[in-house]
Amino acid sequence: MTVATIGGHDVHVDAEGFLTQPEEWDDGLAEVLAAQIGLELTDRHWMAIRFARDDHATNGETPTLRRMANVGGVPTKEMFTLFPGKPAKKLAYVAGLPKPTGCV
Amino acid sequence: MTTTYAPAPVPTFEDAGTEGRKLCIICSKGSLDMAYPGLVLANAALGEGIETHLFFTFWGFDMINKETMGHLQFTPLGNPATHMPPMLMGLPGMTAFATHMMKKQIEGIDVPGVPEFLEMITDAGGHLWACRMSADMMHLDEDDLYERVEGIISASDFIDLSAGAQVIFV
Repeated sequence: MTVATIGGHDVHVDAEGFLTQPEEWDDGLAEVLAAQIGLELTDRHWMAIRFARDDHATNGETPTLRRMANVGGVPTKEMFTLFPGKPAKKLAYVAGLPKPTGCV
Repeated sequence: MTTTYAPAPVPTFEDAGTEGRKLCIICSKGSLDMAYPGLVLANAALGEGIETHLFFTFWGFDMINKETMGHLQFTPLGNPATHMPPMLMGLPGMTAFATHMMKKQIEGIDVPGVPEFLEMITDAGGHLWACRMSADMMHLDEDDLYERVEGIISASDFIDLSAGAQVIFV
């Protein structure tokens, strides 16, 4: 287990840098994590982050792109604009959640 | 467990393995069970930022033919993987029953049907192509095909398209 200091917070991270304890996350940390991967958070990013956080808290799983579109209200195309390249993983990283495990 | 204090690593989302990587998937089957491998892999690749093309040929045309794409079937006949007595699998109604069961199982794990899956793939930036020879054989043109198919292309066009790509045949 690795404890790292990010933006003044001591947090547990895995080997890649994903938070392993979602409860250590807060809004300020999200801004720092986003900046580290070149993202500046807009209201739409926050909508995606809030849904992913709530969904993970309720179901214990990080939402996939399909779930983000169908339940979270953020269409797939927009996800690729907000979090270019690897949207589901980037969202998980910024939201302090594990990478999604679902195949679809 | 020991705890170490270290500077936080930052995930490398733009890693060398993905940069410039391209995937072409040839979909040649029109049965429900054989439609999914290509769709699932294409969707996964797109989610990893990989340029992805699907090429539909022969029976794979059923996946993009407007008339059939929502009604693919699964038959247990001659399929030992069902672990059912082969003699029963040819009974009337068995294909409809098996198709119904498989669709329920797919829905049960929240995986979409073929039309919605193709919509998801193209929303994610995936490209759909139809095979010229199959179109000619089946007397189909662009109007008969799912509207997000980008074009009907020849075998040599596909060879051009797949230059430098990893190719998966389903």
